[in-house]
Amino acid sequence: MDRIPILRMGDYLLVTIQVDMHDQLAMTLQDDLTTAVQRTGAKGVLIDISALEMVDSFIGRMVADISSMGKILGAETILVGMQPAVAITLVELGLSLPGVATALNVERGMVLLRRKIEADGTDVSDR
Amino acid sequence: MPTPAFVADTIQKNSAGLVSDWLAELKALAGGADHRISEGELKDQGTEFIDLLAAAASTGSDITAEPWRPVREFLERTSRSRALQGFSSSETATFVFSLKRPLFERIRQGTKDPASVAESTWAVTEMLDKLGLHTVAFFQKSREEVIARQQEDLLELSTPVVKLWDGVVALPMIGTLDSARTQVVMESLLQRIVETGSEIAIIDITGVPTVDTLVAQHLLKTVTAIRLMGADCIISGIRPQIAQTIVHLGIDLEGITTKATLADALALAFKRSGLTVTRAKTA
Repeated sequence: MDRIPILRMGDYLLVTIQVDMHDQLAMTLQDDLTTAVQRTGAKGVLIDISALEMVDSFIGRMVADISSMGKILGAETILVGMQPAVAITLVELGLSLPGVATALNVERGMVLLRRKIEADGTDVSDR
Repeated sequence: MPTPAFVADTIQKNSAGLVSDWLAELKALAGGADHRISEGELKDQGTEFIDLLAAAASTGSDITAEPWRPVREFLERTSRSRALQGFSSSETATFVFSLKRPLFERIRQGTKDPASVAESTWAVTEMLDKLGLHTVAFFQKSREEVIARQQEDLLELSTPVVKLWDGVVALPMIGTLDSARTQVVMESLLQRIVETGSEIAIIDITGVPTVDTLVAQHLLKTVTAIRLMGADCIISGIRPQIAQTIVHLGIDLEGITTKATLADALALAFKRSGLTVTRAKTA
């Protein structure tokens, strides 16, 4: 079965969605990511959706949900590289993703993630 | 002699006289020579129309029928060129209607029978009215085409996304915002943000005449889409009247950074990017 890989980089988890999402894939990712955050105790999650060209209402909601779930599990979650067409679709669907941090690309997302974790007062180098 | 044949015959026999009388009539109605169309051109058009009319009139009075096609096409061509030259619809219709008086005169001269005169006059009136209406309808259509094309041009012209600084793009919005325009504006702005990798986008609405709930909603959508992509949006150029309208309408602009002028917005953008502007010391 298809799976979207979840890469561990130190205290961060990196998820890059490189294929067009279908419903089952999104559900699997939701399970995998929540499990991975819990198991690894990751401080930050970076979700790269720059290759995602099309979303429907279901995938849009899944992306929003996955981002919020990371946050609930105590990991700062950042959604990066959303395409203009995807952003317009989400807005038209009424999914404005309140509370989800976003960034233009992976590099900026990483900078933002580090800054957010430092602002939390948890010194990453201590561990 | 049956009426259509008589009318066609009258037109055919008097074509030269008809054209000159008709042109004189047109000139009198227009109050002198028109600079938009030369006399020679008008004469050519008049002659061509009379010839076509004479050929078609003998076949019957139904102007939608096949034999009338050349006449219709001629009028369509004429009204299109009139529309492009900037004539009004009544001026274009007059081109056809002014033929009545010279034609009636020729009919009166052509027969002594009062019943025949009345019948032919009615036939000609009906025919010319239909042709006139056809001309006006086509004139309208041509004008609408012109307007639609101009609207498209305007749409493309009015959405420039300019780069103000490294990482700062601005969109000076001019004119009324409707759904179609907002869509184009949103798409081009988002595209430019991706291309330039800009983290701050400024939408300047100095040139937007009114802000109602619909416009505000469009703005909110654009701002949300920009945020989803990972950039920040500042709205600038809010005039005092617009600020009053927004508050009176109860539009919620919470969570959106707004500034009075583009300069203020740029200053904020600099601050957010950690840049400072200082005056160079003169030695």
